[in-house]
Amino acid sequence: MPDKSDVWQGTLALMVLKTLETMGPQHGYGIARRIEQTSGDRLALNYGTLYPALLKLEQEGAIVSEWGTSDNNRRAKFYRLTRAGRKQLGREARTWEQAAAIVARFLSPAEES
Amino acid sequence: MRALRAFLHRLRGLFSRCADFDSELDSHLQLHIDDNLRAGMSPEEARRQALLQLGGLEQTRQAMRERSTLPWAETLAQDLRFALRQLRKSPGFTTVVVVTLALGIGVNTALFSIVNTVLLHPIDAPRPNDLLAIDASKPNFETGSISYPNFRDWQRDNRSLADIAVFRHQGWIMTGNGDAERVRGNFITSNFFHLLGVQPVLGRLFSAGEDEIGRAPIAVLGGGFWARKFASDPNVIGRSITLDGRDYTIVGVIPASFDFQYGAFLPEDIYLPIGQWDTKALTLRGAGLGIHGIARLKPGVSLAQAQADMNNVSDHLAAAFPQADRGLRASLRPLRQAVVGDVQPILVMLLAAVGFVLLIACVNVANLLLARSSARAQEFGVRLALGASRGRIVRQILTESTLLALAGGTLGLVLAAWGTHAALSLVPQALPRASHIHLSPPVLAFSFLISFATGILFGLIPAWKVAAQPPQTILREGGRTVHGSRHRTQDWLVVFEMAAAVVLLAGAGLTLRSLFALSHTDPGFDPNGVLRFSVAAPNSPAIDNPVGARAYLRRLDQQLRSVPGISAVSLTNGGLPMTGDDDEELFWLQNEPKPADANDMHWSLLYIVEPGYLSIMRIPLVRGRWFTDADREDTPHVVVIDQDLAREDFGNTDPIGKVINLTNPDDTQATVVGVVGHVLQWGLDNDAGFPLHAQIYLPLGQLNGWQLVSTTGFFYDVLVRAAHPDAVFADIQSATHRMNSAQVVWRPLTMNQIIDETLAARRFSMILFGAFAALALLLASVGLYGVISYLVGQRTQEMAIRMALGANRGDVLRWVLRRGAALAGIGVATGTLAALLVTRAMAGISLARSSIIYGVHPWDPITILSVVVVLMLVALLASYVPARRAASVDPMQALRSE
Repeated sequence: MPDKSDVWQGTLALMVLKTLETMGPQHGYGIARRIEQTSGDRLALNYGTLYPALLKLEQEGAIVSEWGTSDNNRRAKFYRLTRAGRKQLGREARTWEQAAAIVARFLSPAEES
Repeated sequence: MRALRAFLHRLRGLFSRCADFDSELDSHLQLHIDDNLRAGMSPEEARRQALLQLGGLEQTRQAMRERSTLPWAETLAQDLRFALRQLRKSPGFTTVVVVTLALGIGVNTALFSIVNTVLLHPIDAPRPNDLLAIDASKPNFETGSISYPNFRDWQRDNRSLADIAVFRHQGWIMTGNGDAERVRGNFITSNFFHLLGVQPVLGRLFSAGEDEIGRAPIAVLGGGFWARKFASDPNVIGRSITLDGRDYTIVGVIPASFDFQYGAFLPEDIYLPIGQWDTKALTLRGAGLGIHGIARLKPGVSLAQAQADMNNVSDHLAAAFPQADRGLRASLRPLRQAVVGDVQPILVMLLAAVGFVLLIACVNVANLLLARSSARAQEFGVRLALGASRGRIVRQILTESTLLALAGGTLGLVLAAWGTHAALSLVPQALPRASHIHLSPPVLAFSFLISFATGILFGLIPAWKVAAQPPQTILREGGRTVHGSRHRTQDWLVVFEMAAAVVLLAGAGLTLRSLFALSHTDPGFDPNGVLRFSVAAPNSPAIDNPVGARAYLRRLDQQLRSVPGISAVSLTNGGLPMTGDDDEELFWLQNEPKPADANDMHWSLLYIVEPGYLSIMRIPLVRGRWFTDADREDTPHVVVIDQDLAREDFGNTDPIGKVINLTNPDDTQATVVGVVGHVLQWGLDNDAGFPLHAQIYLPLGQLNGWQLVSTTGFFYDVLVRAAHPDAVFADIQSATHRMNSAQVVWRPLTMNQIIDETLAARRFSMILFGAFAALALLLASVGLYGVISYLVGQRTQEMAIRMALGANRGDVLRWVLRRGAALAGIGVATGTLAALLVTRAMAGISLARSSIIYGVHPWDPITILSVVVVLMLVALLASYVPARRAASVDPMQALRSE
C-alpha cells in the first residue's frame, strides 16, 4: 500500500484507540459510526478499512476482542483497550498534537509575528 | 517489540486460518442494516447501502486475510508444496541432482572443516592475534634458538611485550611407577601457561620465580598422562614422580584438551620449570639449546613497534656481549603464521580446487535444470499466458532449485562426516590441532550457506532463460523444438566443466609426478633396511666416569649386535638425516687464525657416529678411509667430511691429511681422513632450501669421556641395519632390558617411515587433489553425457528423417560423437590454456622450503598430454552411450510418434 494510506492507517488507529477509551468496549460497526459522528460526519469512512486496522492493533496487543451481544441483541465482536493500548494512545496523541501544532504554525505565520 | 509481536501473530496466522472474519463482517452488516431499516430504508436499500459503505465484502475479507498472515510466506509455502510435488514426480532427475550436489557440497564441507580448525582457529587461546613466536635470528638460522641468559634480558628490557615465555621439549626416564618408562615433556617458564590462558584442572601452575635455576623441583602433569598413569587421582598433588633419578613434587594438572602445538612444542606428559634443566649450557649466553619462545603483545602495540623495540634490546645486548650476541636479534612473527606456516598455501590451494568441484557440480545441475525447464516450457508458457508474473515463475524455479540444494547439502553433510574422517587418517602430523577437526557449528553453517548459494546459483540460469522468453514463443514451439540460445548455454556450460576438469587433473597430475620424482630422489644413503630408535639409561656411579661410560657403551653395542638379523650398529649423537634432528660443528682451518667469535667460523652439520654407521647407511666413501674401532680416545683425532664441505673449504686441493680446528670438543685439532658423499639432511625436497649443507663426521669413540654421559644418564639415537627392520624391535627391547632393566628403548622408526613422514604433507595434498580431480572428471563426464543425451532426445525426429532419407546408422553415430568430441575439444583446449597459467601459479606455492611442484616442470608435457588424452577418451565414452541410442532408433517408429 502506498505511503498516503499508511498515514491514514496511522490516524485511523489513533481514532480507534481514542474511541475505545471514551466509549469503553465497542464492536467494529459502533466504532465506525462513532468516528463518523465525532468528525461531524465530515469524514467519509470506508468501513472496510477499519477491520484490517483493528486486526493490526490486536496483533500489536493494543486491543483485545471477544464476542458479545449488542444493545439490540445482535451477536458482535467487541474490542477493548488494553493497558498497552492506553499507553500507545497517550504516546500517539501527544505526537499527533505536536505535529498538528507545527503544521498549524506553518499555515498561519502572520498571526504568530 | 510491537512489530515483533504482530509478526509472530501473523506467522501463527499462516497455520491457523480463522473463519472469524466472516462472522464479524456478517455481524457488522447486520448491525448496519438494522440501523438503516430504523432510518426508514427498504430492506433491499438498507443492505445495498451497508455493503456500499463497507467498500465491498470480498475486498474487506481479502484485506483482513492479508493482514492476518504473511503474504510472502504464504506464497513461499505454496511454492514449496508445488516444488515438492514436482520433484516427487521425477525421482530420477531429483536423485541425480541431489547426489551431484551432495558430492560437491560434501567435499567442500569436509575440507572446510579442516580449514576451519587448522587455518582459522589454529590456536586455542584468548586473543590469539596478540600472540607471537619469538626466536633468535642468527646468521645461519632465521629462527634460531634462544639462550637462557638472552631470554631473561629480553624479558626484562623490552617495553612492548606483555610477556615472553620459552620452552624446550625434553624426554626423561620415569622410574618408581611401574616399569621404567620413557616420558616426554617440556621445560617451560612459569608464565608459559598463563600466556596461553591455560587453567589447571587440579592444583596450580608454576608461580613467578619458580622457573629460576636452583629452585625446588616441581612438576605439572598433562591431563592425558594424569589419566593414564594416575587414573585421574585427585590426590596426586603433593606426590612425587622420579624423572632421570630425581624426584619432582607434583603441583598441578592441566586439562587433557590442551592442544597447543608449535615447532618442537607438543602437548606432552610432563612440564618442568626450565630452571630444573640440569645442563651447564643453560647459563651460557652463546648456547644453542633448542629453546624457543612465545610472547604476547601489550594491548595497542603493533608487531612492527614490538620488533623495533626488540631490535633495540638486541642491539644493546650485542654491544654488551659481542662474543655471543653479535649479529643476533630477537625476531618476532605472528604465532598464527608460525603455527600454520607451511600448510596454509596448500590448504588454500585445495580449497580453490574443491571450490571448482562445487562449481562443476552446480553447472551440471544447472544443465539438468535447463533441460528440464525446456521440457516444462509449455507449463511455464501457459502460466505466463494466464497472467502469472515472470517474477512469480522465477521464484518458483528458484524455490525448486534451493530445495534441491538443501537436500543435496543434507546428504552432503553425511558424506562430509565420512570424508573428514577419511581425510584425517591422511593428515600429516604437522597439521595444527588436527585432533580438533570435526563438523562444528561454523562448519554446519558454512555447509548450509553454500547449499543455499548453490541453489540460487544453478537455479538462476534456467530461471533467467524462462523469464527472457515471451510466452507466445514458448507456446508456439510447444516445448519440443530446440531453442538455439538455450542449447548454446548448455554447450558453454559443458565446455566450462571440461576446462575446469582439465585444470584440476593437470594440477593433481603434477603433484603426483612431484611425489613420484621425490620417491626416486637419491637421499645420499640407502634407507632400506635401516631402523632408528632411541635408548636411554639413568645415571649411576658405575657409568658416571669416562672409563665406566665407555665400557657401558661397548657392552650396549655388543648386546645390540648380538640380536639376530642385525648386521651393523651405530650409536649416534648430534644430527640424524631426515629426522629433523640436527647439530652443528664450528671450526677453522689450520692456516687461519682463530676467529674472534662464532659468526666468523666455518659452520657445518655435525654427526657423531660409530664405525658401523657407514655400512648401515651405505653412504659412498669417495676418498680416504672411514672410522674404525682403532680410532680411540687415545689415538690422534680424525674426522670425515662430505663432498660439499670438501668443495667449500678445500676447493681443488685434496682434503685428506688436512688438519682442522674443532671448537667442540674444546678446540681439538683433527685430521681429515676421508670424504663421503653428501647426504640430504633436511628431507628429500627441502635440502636446497637450507643454508647449511657442509657435513662433518666425528667418531663417538674419540669424544671426551665426560661427554659420553650427562648428569642425567645416557641418551643416544641408535641406527641399526637389519634384515627385517620393521620386525626386529621386540628383540632389541628384550636384549636391552636384559642388559639393564632400567634402560629403555623407544620410538622405533624405519628410515623409510621417517622419509615417508617428511613427505606426508605432499602425500596429503596429492591424495586430496587427486580425489577432487577425479570427482571433477566424473561430474564433467556426467555433464557431457547429460547434454549429449538431451541433444539426442531432442533430435530423434531429425535423425529419423535423416535415416529415412538414406543416412545409415554409422553416420548418425559419427554425427553424435563428433558433436560430443567438439564440445570436449573446445573445453580441453581452453582448459589446457588455463591449466598452464594455474600450474605456473602452483609452482610458486611452497611446502616448507620447496615448491609443491617438485622435480617436474609446471608445464610438464607428459602430464598435460595424458590429461588431454584421458579427458578426450572419457568424453568420447560419455557421448558414445547416447550416440548408440540415437543410432538404434527405428526411424519409422520415431516419425510415427510425432
